Amino acid sequence: MGSWFASPADARERLGAAGYLAGDGVATPVFLAAALEKPLLVEGPAGVGKTQLAKAVAEVCGAELIRLQCYEGLDEARALYEWNYKKQLLRIQATGDQGWEETQQDIFGEEFLLERPLLRAIRRDAPAVLLIDEVDKADVEVEGLLLEILSDYQVTIPELGTITAVRRPYVVLTSNATRELSEALKRRCLYLHLGYPTPERERDIVLAQVPGIEAALAERLAGTVAVLRALELKKSPSIAETVDWARTLVALGRAELDEATTAGTLGVVLKHASDQARAAKELGLPTA
Amino acid sequence: MGLLDRHVRFVAALRAAGLPVSVAEGLDAARAAGVVDLAARETLREAYAATLVKRAAHRPAFDTLFDLWFPPVVGASQAADGMDLDHAEVPELRERLAGLLMAGAATAGDPEFAAFARAMVERFGRQPAAAGRQAWFSYPVLRALSPGTLMAGMLRDVLAGQERGGAAEKVARRRLEDALAAFEEAVAADVRRRIAEESGIEKIARSAVRPPPEQVDFLRAAKADLAALRREVHPLARRLATRLTVKHKTGRRGRLDFRRTVRASLATGGVPLTTHTRPRRPHKPELVVLCDASDSVAAFSQFTLLLTYALREQFAKVRAFAFVDTVDEITRFFAPGADVADAVTRMTREADISRFGRSDYGHAFERFAGRYGEAVGPKTSLLILGDARTNHRPPALATVRDLAERARHAYWLNPEPRAQWDTGDSVASAYGGVVEMVECRNVAQLAAFIEDL
Repeated sequence: MGSWFASPADARERLGAAGYLAGDGVATPVFLAAALEKPLLVEGPAGVGKTQLAKAVAEVCGAELIRLQCYEGLDEARALYEWNYKKQLLRIQATGDQGWEETQQDIFGEEFLLERPLLRAIRRDAPAVLLIDEVDKADVEVEGLLLEILSDYQVTIPELGTITAVRRPYVVLTSNATRELSEALKRRCLYLHLGYPTPERERDIVLAQVPGIEAALAERLAGTVAVLRALELKKSPSIAETVDWARTLVALGRAELDEATTAGTLGVVLKHASDQARAAKELGLPTA
Repeated sequence: MGLLDRHVRFVAALRAAGLPVSVAEGLDAARAAGVVDLAARETLREAYAATLVKRAAHRPAFDTLFDLWFPPVVGASQAADGMDLDHAEVPELRERLAGLLMAGAATAGDPEFAAFARAMVERFGRQPAAAGRQAWFSYPVLRALSPGTLMAGMLRDVLAGQERGGAAEKVARRRLEDALAAFEEAVAADVRRRIAEESGIEKIARSAVRPPPEQVDFLRAAKADLAALRREVHPLARRLATRLTVKHKTGRRGRLDFRRTVRASLATGGVPLTTHTRPRRPHKPELVVLCDASDSVAAFSQFTLLLTYALREQFAKVRAFAFVDTVDEITRFFAPGADVADAVTRMTREADISRFGRSDYGHAFERFAGRYGEAVGPKTSLLILGDARTNHRPPALATVRDLAERARHAYWLNPEPRAQWDTGDSVASAYGGVVEMVECRNVAQLAAFIEDL
């Protein structure tokens, strides 16, 4: 692959320059995924930047991002390839007196193949990042389909034969761990657990993402969010929500996070009434 | 010990600690070690973690073992500003510690912080042992510095004039508590390293690592384990819900959707190339959970209540019942959106589940069949959670059989090891004869049960 990252430090620097602050724990797997040509499975709670990581890798490496969004009922036709029936039918109707053999050869050619993300990622000769998003949402059968692609970077299409990757894509799989992925899939991947960041890192993220915020306010925000996450809420605030909160405060023109401000804007980070009540109790906020 | 040897024995130690590391993953780790800079210890650690650890819950055990097998290179115990850590007075050292903690050096991985912890172990942690050997302990280090007593002073400094008792103090306190915990962990890690140097890595490795949370016995779970279990249980409940639903979705296709098929055929000149079908009406499983809430299974019932709560959020129709020697419906406490800790306290206070406080399965089942019998029908999955210890009371087998036959499925999860079934007052086999009984002692077994459904 070569063109990806030279070392973990290089990965950290370049991701950082693109606005994705990564520590050792993130930069090393990101570097290894390219160096060992293995897919990278990123697991963790919602909103900690799993998808964002794939986007950042694509951006800093100048690669195209090819995204396969998984959902229940996703099948081969949506993930891999499909024949363009309509066009095939037209072709058959247009050549009325052609023989069967010829027609058959015609209609199962390149021209009638609709490539879906997986096939597209394999056939592309320019660098590509293949993002298989929320793989835990897909059915178990899809995992089976992924196994061949992820271990050998090839797929078999009955009419065309086996297609092997010209240039191996950089593969990122993300999962919220709603379902345990199969051992076979996990074994083939490098594993990265993206958890919530330390308050220091989160402060830096807020400072990088929200222009015009005071450092003291960012620090206080990060600390408050850390306390909220320790409360065993139904839905812990994610990094994205911390950033939203920071933006809200900037938009409101608040320079400080006092009790009244916190109570008034808690809805930005906590989306359940019971969570809000609990946080208000723990932090000793005035109830609205 | 050569690098290869060290690698092989490290992988073996991970397996011994309960981490499922396959041969292929071991090879990947070796390849990964080949492409990173071996001198950068944290990079090597992350490279190993990315290839060998495939579950977040296994990471603490991995880190402990990594520190033992790939110990940090220890420099001189000289602080940056020239403070002599070996001879300084204790108050000075405490001040230094407070400074480091307040600066957030612990969580930021500051080398000076690590050096300080090492120096403190060197100075206070040594205890003479037999025949020219020495033993290392973390307790005397923490006693000498008593970091816990620094809190008040640090809070005063950090808050610096802001009002006390409010949200600001909560936030600051939280940060300092984390830093304190990091200090204690750094001391413990250094003590482990020294013990390993004295008496061999394998010896300490066995006792240093706690079992991964999915293998923690429900009946023996400590308070700290319960928090970890809670995180494991939620996704399991969701899976259980999907498994019970999927089971009845045999055959993907439902009835032909004539209108959509004809419309799609317009594009292909009236030839219906793709048929569209109506999605099947999804099966809405109804779940009835009956759980033992007696003291003998206190830790387990904590867990079952968590499971019940998690299930309650996943299923459209869940009715939960708890019993000790009589039974009451507890569904109302676990309404979606309720706070689980609140629900449990309210339940123990308000629900009518205990008359004498000793579990009586027979009476509880009779009561259940009598008062709530209509809850179990042909669409219901019945889940019984308990250790089947009846205190030698009649078990009411006929009632249970009748309930199980009326339900669509019935399962009994028993938190006791199979070897202890039928010992003492347990009537596990008798109940097992009428309801399928599964040993379910830890999250791993619960997950296996759900997979097999």
